[in-house]
Amino acid sequence: MKKPLDRPELTADDDSLFIANISRRTFLKDMALTGFVLAAGFPALAWSDETAAPAQPEKYGADAMPHGWIDDPLVFVAIANDGTVTIICHRSEMGQGIRTSLPMVVADELEADWQRVRVEQAPGDEVRYGNQDTDGSRSMRHFFMPMRRVGAAARAMLEAAAAAQWRVPVQEVRAEQHHVIHSATGRKLGYGQLAKAAAKLPVPARETLRLKQPAEFRYISKGQTGLYDGQDIVTGRAQYGFDTHLKDMLYAVVARPPVFGGKLMSYNAKDALKIPGVVKVIELPSSPPPADFNPLGGIAVIARNTWAAIQGRKALKIDWSKGPHGIYDSVVYKAELEAAARKPGKVVRNDGDADAALKSAAKRVEAEYYAPHLAHAPMEPPATTARIVKGKCEIWACTQAPQLCRERVAKWLKLPEDNVTVHVTLLGGGFGRKSMPDYVIEAALISQAMNGKPVKLVWTREDDLHHAYFHTVSVERLEAGLDDQGKPVAWLHRTVAPSISSTFAPDTKHQMPVELGMGVINVPFAIPNLRVENPEAEAHTRIGWFRSVSNIPHAFAIQSFVAELAAAAGHDHRDFLLDLIGPARRIDPRTLGDTWNQGESPEAYPVDTGRLRRVIETVANEAGWGRTLPKGNGLGLASHYSFVTYVAVVAEVAVNDDGELSIPRIDVAVDCGPQVNPERIRSQIEGACIMGVSLATLGEISFKEGAVMQDNFHDYQLTRMDSAPREIRIHLLPTAEFDTPLGGVGEPGVPPIAPALCNAIFAATGQRIRQLPIRDQLRKA
Amino acid sequence: MTTLNINGKPHKVDLPADTPLLWALRDPLGLTGTKFGCGMAQCGACTVHLDGKPTFACVVPISAAVGKKIVTIEGVGHDETGKKVQEAWVTLGVPQCGYCQPGQIMAATALLKQNPKPSDADIDKAMSGNICRCGTYCRIRAAIKHVAGTTEVQP
Repeated sequence: MKKPLDRPELTADDDSLFIANISRRTFLKDMALTGFVLAAGFPALAWSDETAAPAQPEKYGADAMPHGWIDDPLVFVAIANDGTVTIICHRSEMGQGIRTSLPMVVADELEADWQRVRVEQAPGDEVRYGNQDTDGSRSMRHFFMPMRRVGAAARAMLEAAAAAQWRVPVQEVRAEQHHVIHSATGRKLGYGQLAKAAAKLPVPARETLRLKQPAEFRYISKGQTGLYDGQDIVTGRAQYGFDTHLKDMLYAVVARPPVFGGKLMSYNAKDALKIPGVVKVIELPSSPPPADFNPLGGIAVIARNTWAAIQGRKALKIDWSKGPHGIYDSVVYKAELEAAARKPGKVVRNDGDADAALKSAAKRVEAEYYAPHLAHAPMEPPATTARIVKGKCEIWACTQAPQLCRERVAKWLKLPEDNVTVHVTLLGGGFGRKSMPDYVIEAALISQAMNGKPVKLVWTREDDLHHAYFHTVSVERLEAGLDDQGKPVAWLHRTVAPSISSTFAPDTKHQMPVELGMGVINVPFAIPNLRVENPEAEAHTRIGWFRSVSNIPHAFAIQSFVAELAAAAGHDHRDFLLDLIGPARRIDPRTLGDTWNQGESPEAYPVDTGRLRRVIETVANEAGWGRTLPKGNGLGLASHYSFVTYVAVVAEVAVNDDGELSIPRIDVAVDCGPQVNPERIRSQIEGACIMGVSLATLGEISFKEGAVMQDNFHDYQLTRMDSAPREIRIHLLPTAEFDTPLGGVGEPGVPPIAPALCNAIFAATGQRIRQLPIRDQLRKA
Repeated sequence: MTTLNINGKPHKVDLPADTPLLWALRDPLGLTGTKFGCGMAQCGACTVHLDGKPTFACVVPISAAVGKKIVTIEGVGHDETGKKVQEAWVTLGVPQCGYCQPGQIMAATALLKQNPKPSDADIDKAMSGNICRCGTYCRIRAAIKHVAGTTEVQP
């Protein structure tokens, strides 16, 4: 039952497979082996060269991402003689269902029978596949159209091959469910029969492709396609980064400096080496600032099994220095952030005269909100297997960024990039943590130190919590002025949080446009006097991307504050929020000071207040806003626009006499534009609800003397079945056509959950939560 | 050398007696369906059945598993209830990343074998040892009810 996973050889040895997909080189070698098919001509990069378009002043969407997009069918599709269609998925699967949804798009345009489709995971190679950074809720948004063209081009080639064989005009034939049909004569050929001839034909020009009309879709928008990996997952066969197994593999764990920036002073490995199974103890170099994606250094324990490595690490005696961040203390730091938020800071948006309007307002309201650091805590902690054979490094990793892994491993091992192959396993959750290749580099370094032997490096949960790239910590201070009708006339928001850019440029003290564009400067409120300031904050740990990123503290503060204003004005929260947003209009994000706009074109993706209003109205209707509730229950509303998707939430909470919180129901309305796989959109939003509940009620990473205080799930608690919302109702706003640009799905569900819960708690109890997590703030003494 | 009865077959492992069952299953035996999540009985990713009881393999030394019937996710499909649970998980599209799901399925199977018609409170009790970071709890609950044939929400 012990099967080494060694994919390149497996693929090459297996006659039933015809495409290696591992790299351009093995691809060609394998085609020679198996006499194939629709990938024959292999003009490799012709199309990608074309896509480097001339004289485009601004690039948006996938065009603006490293290596852009590729829509060459010869890269993404292969058809075997038996008709099996193999489709490459070049984005990482981490629970969003992308290994189902993207190949499903190709299969639909290709008129392939989904039952005869195999999905192969692409290794890291962006020149070949286009951008592979699986983050930013971008996979479907950026690759829906390229993948449609891939399928349509392959279909056109099969149709042309059939028409040529029958000597009929191509207009007389049509592809349908794995066959090409000539209706006039009733002739029919299977894709397997046509593949070889089709492969010899030129790839049709992009502008000649006939894409399906939405009414012709079989899989797209239907939500009827089962998870490609579902059966493997439920039977335990699915392979994650933690599961890689190579012949004669060794296992490693690393002891890292407990404080970021700390160094190894001395260590004694005598006892560690006495643990049965421990093979070697080696020192890993630390890196000077910036943190970047670099490994933290430390001591690696290499053993014959994981448990021996863990035991060996426990037996190490290590003296670490603390370095400049040994002073980091979350209690002290919170006070520093608050002090900064109470003084003027760098002005990042300024409409009208907020100061004057505040002075003359009939009523002034102010509040401060605190949201702590978080760790992603994917159920699968980081893990990577590496080996180096004859100067070639092979990596198997649960990574969201395989090209980045490839580049960084090449740099650290001083190898040409072509000599590094990064295979992407399934990810047991990612949430942004696995965009960072520090652990992948560690594995490569350890293998190198072991003369290239295969080594699987795993992180324990303690490693994962102590050495995350943490979600930022923030204080958001808001002040508003209301006129005598209760209408907001002034808005001053100070946002203070260490920036992700500090991870790459340690002296950075301000948030970057990407962070400010996450719902803080681009608030689409109809307030004439509006100023946003960003006072300085210094980072003392590695700050990184956490699912939905800075939208979390921004939405928590703004959507809580709007509810506070509604209460102060004596208005219904929903009505107040809709009035604040104002009439339906399409706002150029640049006029809100947002030059980033999620990387998307401001013309194609304006801030559409009509769509924002619609999700709010929908969720309020569906949730029965204003309905009578039992004592102790309350409804809370929040909305947020992020990842170019509009979301609104109504949470129902129940708080009992002891102050125990439960969540009977959450309603979410989502307008993400056209819905390619509505079933997976629902599952992503359901998951976002749970993650939002988890961070609102329990999530907190705190530091003392520079080190993380939480060690494992007993003190970094996550929402479990018994405290999860009992019911989640998702309302996807219908879209009639597929010409509206797509919005993101993976992240935008998270930000509005915490404020909706806190607003519901206020409705239920009159108690206002301004500091996350809620934890025991509701408990009665 | 320790002999373990796993999914109906004897397996020999050459590991110290205090090695947790999890690592015996995963490393020398290659049964990687049983997952590591915390190493301290906090998350349930490593749930297996020991003589039918759901057990966290990350804290059970192999010495304590000797002589017991060990069933893992790779073997639970041979059981009628286990198979139904696996099928329900696929039918209802429960998994997202899927990493915790072997443990969830082992916990749900043990629950349903002992209590074929669990109430919501029973489900809470039996399933709250298993964390899902992707947040599939509502679908897990629905899938358990699907197997039990009790679709209405009970208080």
